[in-house]
Amino acid sequence: MRRAHFKTSWIVAALLAPQLLVIFVFFYWPSAQALYWAFTLEQPWGGGNTWVGFENFRNVLSDPYYWSSVRVSVIFALATTALAMGMALTLALFVDRQLAGYRAFRVALIWPYAVAAPAVGLAFQFVFNPGAGIFSYINTISPGLWDPSRYPAQAVLAIIIAGAWKQVAYSFVFFLAALQSIPRSLTEAAAMDGARPLRRMLDLQLPLLTPTIFFLIVINITDSFTDSFGIVDTLTGGGPFRATDLMVYKIYSDGFRGFDYSGAAAQSIILMLLVIALTFVQFRYVERRVHYS
Amino acid sequence: MIQKLSTAAVLALAATSGSASAEKIKFEYWYGLTGDLGAVVAETCNRFNAAQDQYEAVCVGQDGYEKAVQNAIAAFRAQKHPTLLQSFDAGTADLMLSGEFYPVHKLMQDTGVTVDWADYFPGIANYYSASTGEFFSMPWNSSTPVYYFNKAHFEKAGITEAPVTWEGMEEAFKALKASGQECSLAYAPSSWIDLEQFSMAHNIPVASNDNGYTGLDTELLFNTTLHVQHMENIQRWITEGYAAIRTQAAGKTSRDSFVEGECSIFFSSIADHNTIHKIAPEGLSWDVQIIPTYEAVERHNTVVGGASLWVLSGKTEGEYQAAAAYLAFLATKDEQQFLLENTGYIPVTKSTYDALLAEGFYAKEPFINRDIAMKSLTWTEPSNLTKGLRLGGMIQIRAEWTAEVEAALAGQKPMKEALDTAAARGNEILARFAKTYEGKSFP
Repeated sequence: MRRAHFKTSWIVAALLAPQLLVIFVFFYWPSAQALYWAFTLEQPWGGGNTWVGFENFRNVLSDPYYWSSVRVSVIFALATTALAMGMALTLALFVDRQLAGYRAFRVALIWPYAVAAPAVGLAFQFVFNPGAGIFSYINTISPGLWDPSRYPAQAVLAIIIAGAWKQVAYSFVFFLAALQSIPRSLTEAAAMDGARPLRRMLDLQLPLLTPTIFFLIVINITDSFTDSFGIVDTLTGGGPFRATDLMVYKIYSDGFRGFDYSGAAAQSIILMLLVIALTFVQFRYVERRVHYS
Repeated sequence: MIQKLSTAAVLALAATSGSASAEKIKFEYWYGLTGDLGAVVAETCNRFNAAQDQYEAVCVGQDGYEKAVQNAIAAFRAQKHPTLLQSFDAGTADLMLSGEFYPVHKLMQDTGVTVDWADYFPGIANYYSASTGEFFSMPWNSSTPVYYFNKAHFEKAGITEAPVTWEGMEEAFKALKASGQECSLAYAPSSWIDLEQFSMAHNIPVASNDNGYTGLDTELLFNTTLHVQHMENIQRWITEGYAAIRTQAAGKTSRDSFVEGECSIFFSSIADHNTIHKIAPEGLSWDVQIIPTYEAVERHNTVVGGASLWVLSGKTEGEYQAAAAYLAFLATKDEQQFLLENTGYIPVTKSTYDALLAEGFYAKEPFINRDIAMKSLTWTEPSNLTKGLRLGGMIQIRAEWTAEVEAALAGQKPMKEALDTAAARGNEILARFAKTYEGKSFP
């Protein structure tokens, strides 16, 4: 196949420039600034800074509470991804089967993605409220059984459920699109060979969905690491006893609330490296199992 | 945009020709108070703008003290900051050391506004002034903690006088329990009340260097003082069923629990005095009392909480003049009274307080006994340990304290160990702060 080429490189440069400029201003510039701050002690009101080398990183990495923050962030990312994708796939399979009312569901299931994270957190605060929420029914079994403000595990569970709920819609759209792009003739042929719906899902649709599944794993995990702030802020505030102090929330509380710009910058760099490493691992090892055609 | 341009043009004109212009000189003021209190701030601006025709205050709410300071820093770095900023105590250590502010004392002198600085209550003055006694920032909305109690519950339990000692408080808990009251104290961990003001009232240090006033190489000491025993007592009262944790995260705040009559006592700022009048159901009889101290200790003054108004550097002379006029306006007796009538805050100057007393202001509902806060604030002359706190990273130190205390209250570790950890982690924060501002000291 012959490819089209621009003759002069300045046209290429001119066409690329706006996009590159946006990326530079909103990504590379701040990242470079953060990188610089991570190696200094920056005074919040300006007025200079001191070069301290790797001290900020040493401080962060030698803090046992930081490592528990990393651990809970990883748990949160894996659990929300698994839960959100599992629910999205189930819902998409049903909508794809064109059960009664599927058109309405198709639209309704996309809506949660448009809800801002803090709003999700607030809504779930009512759901999880140990005194008045839906979950308070658990407390009728035995008083005090459900109280995310006292039990770290329950608080983690609460942010996972809220985070997953928010992510379902995004994955759902992609799953549904992928399912609908599977040629009808394939499913019909399988049906004629006597494969029941469940068998068709497992042996036919799922293998054909692997590129989508892989894409969604990468996106969901990245998103869980970086976009969990609003939910934590409104739902648990990082508590109880730092149990839900996710990495991105810790960056906010140290940097913006505590005016420790340098410590927060060092944490941002670590978070960035972690997400890059995870994505690399996924492409290196998980993608091998993906069939693109 | 057009407005901004015209303002700039007017300022340029005024600066070059010095001619009197019909246009008003504008200045920006960012405040942190929200809700009803935010509306009161906005109202003070309207009153100022209506009271004179030389200046115009442009007041912008910033959705909370923390955000006000965060936004001001971001704006300052881009040179788009306001002239006046309402900042809370915990957020000001960085501002003090940065030197990027215009001390109000000097501002008033330079703009020819006379202020009787000696008229301010010492408990307030010391918090907001340099070691030389000159004010950095203008005291405005000021408060101090008290406790609120349910009078009906107390009567039923046979408690005739609200206790002023912790020993008396424990007796009251027992009496309330015996009278059938399930929850005596709605408790929410608060470093401001349980640690900072508690230490002031007992004249014990929170940190070395006179709580940070005399140097940056400060270390926290709260894990070695009476504070430890007090926190262990609170823990015991919770285990023994006298107190119950009531926080937003637990589903109900201590104030709501008190207002609903579930618990008999809760601790809070005097600023809540006005709020409770508004939200309390018909028939709730309640009153306030100064925070208790332990019997063995001689009571000292508590210090001011709330926020003060800072004038930031890098603005024009006209804006400074306007800001000075606004600050002088706020300090008048009428304006202080306007604030007191519409909020739960307290007067900041002796003359205003005396005038209000003479008028019988505090003898009428809804202000009866609100000046208990003044008694607490002026109990003694401030000692070296009760002037206040000058700690860098105060917000983070408070967060460390809260997280550790919550863990201890949940039974995850002994209270002493929790406070040791909080102090050790706080010391790391202080050391980082000292290193960030190496060679500087609080003015």
